[in-house]
Amino acid sequence: MPGDTLTREHVLGNVDEIPVGEGRNFEVAGRTVAVFRNHAGEVFASQADCPHLGGPLADGMLGGSTIMCPLHDRMFDLRTGSVLVGECGITVYPIRKAEDGTLLLSLDG
Amino acid sequence: MAKQKLVVIGNGMAGARAVEEVLARGGAEMFDIVMFGDEPHGNYNRIMLSNILSGQQTYDEIFLNPLPWYAENGITLHAGERVTEIDRFAKVVTSAGGVKEHYDVLLISTGSRAFMPPIPGLHTAGGTLKPGVFGFRTIEDTNGMVAAAAPGVKAVVIGGGLLGLEAARGLLNHGCDSTVVHLGGHLMDAQLDATGGAMLRTAMERMGVRVLLSKSTTEVLGEDKVTGLTFKDGETIDCDLLVVAAGIRPNAEIGTRAGLTVERAIVVDNHMRSVDDPSVYVVGECAQHRGMVYGLVAPLWDQAKVFADHVTGRNRDAAYHGSKLATKLKVMGVELASMGITMPKEERDEVIQFMEPKKGTYKKLIVREGRLVGGILMGDISKAAFLMQAFDRDSPLPDERLSLLFDLGAPPQKVTLDEMPAEAQVCNCNGVSKAAIGTAVAGGCKTVTAVMNATRAGKGCGSCKGLVGDVVAWFLGGAVEEDPSVHWYVPCIPMKKQELVAAIREQELKSVSAVFRALAGGVEDPASKIPLASLLNTIWPGEYVDERDARFINDRVHGNIQKDGTFSVVPEMAGGLCTPEELVRIANAAVKYKVPLVKLTGGQRIDLVGVKKEDLPGIWRDIGMPAGHAWGKSYRTCKSCIGIDYCRFGLGDSMGLATRIEKTFRALSDSPGKMKLGTTGCPRNCSEALIKDVGMVAVGDGKWEIYIGGAGGAHVRKGDLLCTVEGEDEVMKVIGRFMQFYREDAKYKERTYTWVPRIGLERIRAVVVDDSEGWCERFDREIEAAIAAYRDPWLDRDAPKTANQFASLIPAEG
Repeated sequence: MPGDTLTREHVLGNVDEIPVGEGRNFEVAGRTVAVFRNHAGEVFASQADCPHLGGPLADGMLGGSTIMCPLHDRMFDLRTGSVLVGECGITVYPIRKAEDGTLLLSLDG
Repeated sequence: MAKQKLVVIGNGMAGARAVEEVLARGGAEMFDIVMFGDEPHGNYNRIMLSNILSGQQTYDEIFLNPLPWYAENGITLHAGERVTEIDRFAKVVTSAGGVKEHYDVLLISTGSRAFMPPIPGLHTAGGTLKPGVFGFRTIEDTNGMVAAAAPGVKAVVIGGGLLGLEAARGLLNHGCDSTVVHLGGHLMDAQLDATGGAMLRTAMERMGVRVLLSKSTTEVLGEDKVTGLTFKDGETIDCDLLVVAAGIRPNAEIGTRAGLTVERAIVVDNHMRSVDDPSVYVVGECAQHRGMVYGLVAPLWDQAKVFADHVTGRNRDAAYHGSKLATKLKVMGVELASMGITMPKEERDEVIQFMEPKKGTYKKLIVREGRLVGGILMGDISKAAFLMQAFDRDSPLPDERLSLLFDLGAPPQKVTLDEMPAEAQVCNCNGVSKAAIGTAVAGGCKTVTAVMNATRAGKGCGSCKGLVGDVVAWFLGGAVEEDPSVHWYVPCIPMKKQELVAAIREQELKSVSAVFRALAGGVEDPASKIPLASLLNTIWPGEYVDERDARFINDRVHGNIQKDGTFSVVPEMAGGLCTPEELVRIANAAVKYKVPLVKLTGGQRIDLVGVKKEDLPGIWRDIGMPAGHAWGKSYRTCKSCIGIDYCRFGLGDSMGLATRIEKTFRALSDSPGKMKLGTTGCPRNCSEALIKDVGMVAVGDGKWEIYIGGAGGAHVRKGDLLCTVEGEDEVMKVIGRFMQFYREDAKYKERTYTWVPRIGLERIRAVVVDDSEGWCERFDREIEAAIAAYRDPWLDRDAPKTANQFASLIPAEG
């Protein structure tokens, strides 16, 4: 139900906190979540650390919906969390951008 | 369709191998296979007979295809049946014992036999070999020699080739008094020159074998059995056991009788088919291809493959193109490798040799037009694998000729791929073993790129890429497919670097996202962003639209990311120089920001390691020094020795030049790979300028030698001397042009130590020293533009380039 989802959403801040094509880590309810904004204007959220050796995904290279870890080049699809290059996938979180640019994240989704 | 019948005459190494190759191509479904063998055994490794003679191996160990193998593979073997007739019209072969077989396809692989020179007394009146006389070709020959050999028996071997020497060694092991009689002027004249032959003779005599050279045998003495030999010079020698190893003769008579063209052997076309009859193939020592008859196994394996490809229809275009002869062997404990010609044949042939008689080491190479056409290695054959490969592939040799003969301070000769154990690590960065690469190949990866993607081999520091390629090729048996994308600058745009540069210039693409839109169908490949950004910055200095997301994190926050996500801070210290005040500021900042590790770098700077991203602007401000550019693929630094001010050996101001270089070229913030420079005030090379991407060595009178393409990392390479110039201004000009040429031409991540040998020193010298292409003016202009556009990146501390540029963590609003 849309209403239910809304109740579980966290407000991260404005999308402009994240430069186009990059990612930033946000602290949400005691957790660190990596949030990305691509050139097409889409936003994604995922676990912050690379499952390989803990590299900061927010400092990685973003292209479309693909993120590449800055430490050892593991690659993941931020839409699904599936691994493209590496050993295992990552957790992704539903996130949306409101009309005014506010980012809304659901941790439990 | 009914099966065809493949009849094979000859069950030796060639015949059996050819059948194995046919079976490997599903031939059992296509053919009923029948084999005839002269000898009453299965197929054995004839080369190993000398080990049987010397007692090092037993018969069981040398069988390649024992009798049960034939039954298991549904092959009918007529062992001990010599085929005497081929009726090509009826397509029937007949053996001496009366066995007849019809064939659809016939393979003749009758090999060869020991050549018996026409020496009076060699045979009995009945035409058989005189008792006590042996060839050295079969198990029977070997058995006969073993039975006759005993301590004190006087054994003579006619023939100082490989086989003769092996026979002499074997007989020596049985206690015989061994003598080698050779017609030629030196031993092993097919593989060695006179010098090598003489050294081998010394080694043999030391072991107790007598060697008689230039000796022509005129008679074999003895009535019922051999008792001695007489020579043309009138001398005689006692002899109880005579081995004739004077060469081999192809068993081609069967071909003559069948009406096939026979010259030295049965003449075949490139499909290994008789030139007279499309249903008759010939492989091995009885085949003559383009005038050559081969007596080594390697050509025979190649011929067997071509035959099998062709006869099974797997590849009707399969063609044999002849073999280059190279062998590695051990004679009487002396290791030998020989390839191609033994003496220079043309005026332009260049001979490189080294001799150390006391150790029995001899190395001689014959080089023609930069390629190896012949070589002899004795005693120390550690370079054999490399040289034999270069010979076989006709690949260009390194300019440093000495490195062909010796490993000059380089890592020890790597084991050959055959010897490399399966668990051996090929890629150390990603822990990929030889076996893991094998698994990837078995799983269907047919290109080096596919294997690298599947295993991550070669995707760390990249220094093992060449080896990964070799291992992949080894597993694929040379059938490696080239992935066209290896030549592309980035994987998402099918263009080589020069083509891409032209397209970018023509369409005036000045940002990475513009390139993706115009040339990659709008698909953004994250791995391509960094190389594209680097290229654009080089093409459009000052005009490039710097999209920060196209930079690697190091270039966004101007530090080198560490494994825990923190960064390192390395302030600029040109030539390793700093003031006491700067040292104090660095120390204070390190204390204030609780820097966990302070370390001197290899580039003579101070590295503050483990700084949190959000602390970077503050620590830079406190230190108050410019960035040292220790994080990117860019100009890095120039180290120096102490130069002339204090050093009593100094010939040039290395510190001053290093400072000038650093203050100028630190502006080159993008290049295909990092560029580490060095200056040294005299040839003692204290600052290791000889192993830098660009190194300057003062040689006195204001002159500097400029070395390029050196490396002292995962790969070690001494730089090549580009030129010697007078004065610092000239140094600055030449190295600027060199670095710009490299920036424009090299592939992304290709360091100068790969690029320089790839392009060639002569070419680089022509372009940057002699201005052969007229590019130098442009190089100078591009360098000046980059210098003009330079700004210390650490100034971002006061004017961040993007939102939250240095934030590690942003608190959510709610």
